[in-house]
Amino acid sequence: MKKAILIDYKYCTGCHTCEVACQKHLGLEPDKWGIKLTQIGPDEVAPRQWQYEFVPVPTDRCNRCADRLERGKQAMCAQHCQAGCLWVGDIDELVGRIDGDKFALFV
Amino acid sequence: MTGYEKREGARMSGNSGYRELEHSKPWQYEEGELTVTRSKAWTAPGCHIGCDIKLYTDKDGKLVRVEGDEESPYNHGRLCARCLDIKEVVNSPKRVLHPMIRNREDRGKDKWRQVSWDEALDYTYDNMMEIKEKYGAETFFFTHGTGRDVMQYADRLMYAYGSPNMTGLFSGLSCYVPRIAGMSCTAGSLYIADCSQAWFDRYDNPEYKVPEVMVIWGNNPIVANADGFFGHWVVDLMKRGMKIIVIDPRMTWLAARSELHLRVRPGTDAALALAMINIIVQEDLYDHDFVDRWCYGFDELAERAKDFPVEKVAEICWVPAEKITAAARMIANAKPATLQWGVAIDQTREAMGTGQAVTAIFEITGNIEVPGGLIANTQILDVMGGQWGREFLPEGMDDKRIVGNYQLMKTAMTSCSDDEVIRCLETDQPYKLHGAWLQAHNPLACMSADPKRVLEGMKKLDFIVVVDLFMTPTAMALADVFLPVCTFPERDGLSLICGIQQAGAMNQVCDPGDTKSDMEINLLLGKRFNPECWPWETVQDMFTEVLQDSGYKYDELREVSPVYVPFEYHRHEKGLLRSDGQVGFETPTGRIELWCNIYNMFGLDPLPYFKEPEPGPNSTPEMCEEYPLVLTTGARRWNSFHSEHRQIPRLRAMHPEPVLDIHPDDASKFGVKQGEWVWVENYLGRAKCKVNETFEMPAGIASADHAWWHPEGDPEKLYDVFDLAINNLVPFNPGPSGFGANYKSTLVKVYKVGEDE
Repeated sequence: MKKAILIDYKYCTGCHTCEVACQKHLGLEPDKWGIKLTQIGPDEVAPRQWQYEFVPVPTDRCNRCADRLERGKQAMCAQHCQAGCLWVGDIDELVGRIDGDKFALFV
Repeated sequence: MTGYEKREGARMSGNSGYRELEHSKPWQYEEGELTVTRSKAWTAPGCHIGCDIKLYTDKDGKLVRVEGDEESPYNHGRLCARCLDIKEVVNSPKRVLHPMIRNREDRGKDKWRQVSWDEALDYTYDNMMEIKEKYGAETFFFTHGTGRDVMQYADRLMYAYGSPNMTGLFSGLSCYVPRIAGMSCTAGSLYIADCSQAWFDRYDNPEYKVPEVMVIWGNNPIVANADGFFGHWVVDLMKRGMKIIVIDPRMTWLAARSELHLRVRPGTDAALALAMINIIVQEDLYDHDFVDRWCYGFDELAERAKDFPVEKVAEICWVPAEKITAAARMIANAKPATLQWGVAIDQTREAMGTGQAVTAIFEITGNIEVPGGLIANTQILDVMGGQWGREFLPEGMDDKRIVGNYQLMKTAMTSCSDDEVIRCLETDQPYKLHGAWLQAHNPLACMSADPKRVLEGMKKLDFIVVVDLFMTPTAMALADVFLPVCTFPERDGLSLICGIQQAGAMNQVCDPGDTKSDMEINLLLGKRFNPECWPWETVQDMFTEVLQDSGYKYDELREVSPVYVPFEYHRHEKGLLRSDGQVGFETPTGRIELWCNIYNMFGLDPLPYFKEPEPGPNSTPEMCEEYPLVLTTGARRWNSFHSEHRQIPRLRAMHPEPVLDIHPDDASKFGVKQGEWVWVENYLGRAKCKVNETFEMPAGIASADHAWWHPEGDPEKLYDVFDLAINNLVPFNPGPSGFGANYKSTLVKVYKVGEDE
């Protein structure tokens, strides 16, 4: 079964590491992505309460680093994620990691 | 708990008290078809931190990819986008791959002649020696930029040649140097935020305590990754419950997650800090025991702070009074509180007073040398202090150092006043300068204030050498010789990171071709100038000598790297911070000097102080009519290291042009729109950038990118640097100590770029 990607987007800082890690792994040109950041805000959603968030979204080019996972390695994006907020794995295992209020699960 | 997980393989063992990491694999091993080499990512291209990495090469010795080292206690396998893209830098068709010479009359023209290293080094040596013999070694000065592993080697080359003049052509030396000099004077050492970086087991170390509060002041650490500080440690700590207070006009990602965000007007940080000190004293929230035992001059500080009542300061700083009060209370009540600060402190003319005020908050609340507070740095070699090899500077030569009347700089520093160097270039006083060595330095695009003055001043020199990775506007405008350096996967090296220093082995994995490492170039020429100063046959021998206190030879270091310096907390109570072994701090009184004897001795204000930045809405209200917008500059971007990486397509695509971040209300006031090219102009000059309307900036304050040029542009138009350099708006004008300059506060107007411009 295809692996899933879990993102704790409370902590995604928008650092672009996942994008470049993936491009390097898949050999993609700078205008093609296996995973791509989306941005919300900064938006003052209520007085003095700001939303400023990033969510990396996998594209159809993402193969969940099947070759790396087979060899017991982490996916390129997950290993290098500077905020440590991105995981690639089995859905059941990833669902068990959801312990906060801002998670996105790509299956 | 999500995110960082404890990694296996990080244990302590001893060697001269130094601690080495236990790895699960040797420093070089096979993985499938590829060879993996453990190394450190530091430099070229520029970087301030030096992560632990694994370099993958194929059977032909070609670099295939880089990965972070999961066993690293420093970066835990993580890497930034720039490092992940290193192969694109190594293989860039834009790199200069051979030494080049150009006739002096062809400066500014793309008329280079490729030569051998022998010819380039002979030509360089002969010209430098001619200047030394004709005019004296002091008339030839040396420069380096930031973040490249060159400082100590370039300094040593200068001492071997016999010149006392090291400069950054950087007004007020306003990047970290004012804070380091300031802390050294007032507290005897450089203090940094304790993010557990001294421990292999990091946040789990039993002695470590997660800070209750971190104040992030004038810094965006997750992007900036300042010296020895992996910015995302802040995120690790937030996951472990640390709260943050952000002091920054910009709504950064961190600010959006802060307990308190104080959107301070650029250049008024000292007033804000003094108001906080006043609140902490008036509400009796300070640490009486620490102040009584370890501080000097508390009463004078308290008296000075009284001049900064919170209501008055709220008006100065554009921050609501209740937020200032809440921040002061939160810091004082936190056990511990820590500080991660940035160049906003240095990039004001009043840098010394500002840094002193900010650190005093953490000193009087007893957050020094405690777990999770602020800790004195540890080091194997003082890479920034200019001491390595200084004994070879001929006697009397230091008296010729270009430092003007800045007495503190003259006594406490080994480098020049960069502002005095510019004056010297223009006036030939106190003597005429004849040549320069620029290493990893692109002052026309970055660092230098008022770069046209630098260009005109430097043009007068008889001989200029540039040592760099790529052709730059500075090299194109001025160099007579270009010596090309290699990237970090192409060389061996010794990574000594600022802050909690560790010795890391950088290992060559691919062929540098006809380029050489910075330190090899310095060694080759240094030997010619003074073989006693450069006695080593190879750079590896040199690294072994640097490492001597650790007990490791360079070859041994490869196996165990990174090696950590001995570390413990409360060193001031154990006699470990003073060179005489007494308890206390390395200051004249042995205490942290809130009233600073050294400043007083040199005629500077001994207490923290505030002065309005000029120009500014309060200091020059008349100027606001024409230039109504406050401008700050120099916010870091994910894709570049200052003026570097502009020619790397993948990274350039991430942030393709310089931008002006501006609140939408301000954009409409000036009649400019998202994506338009505009001129940002003040009384001194103007620079081009693209409008980015964003709520990151508050109304009334805009922010412009720094260090821009177009590597794809016309070399003989110097790659558009004089259109794009935001430092066109920044004067050479340091503070009364010689330290600090207003790179981050001026007044501007904004208007559309004309069709023919």
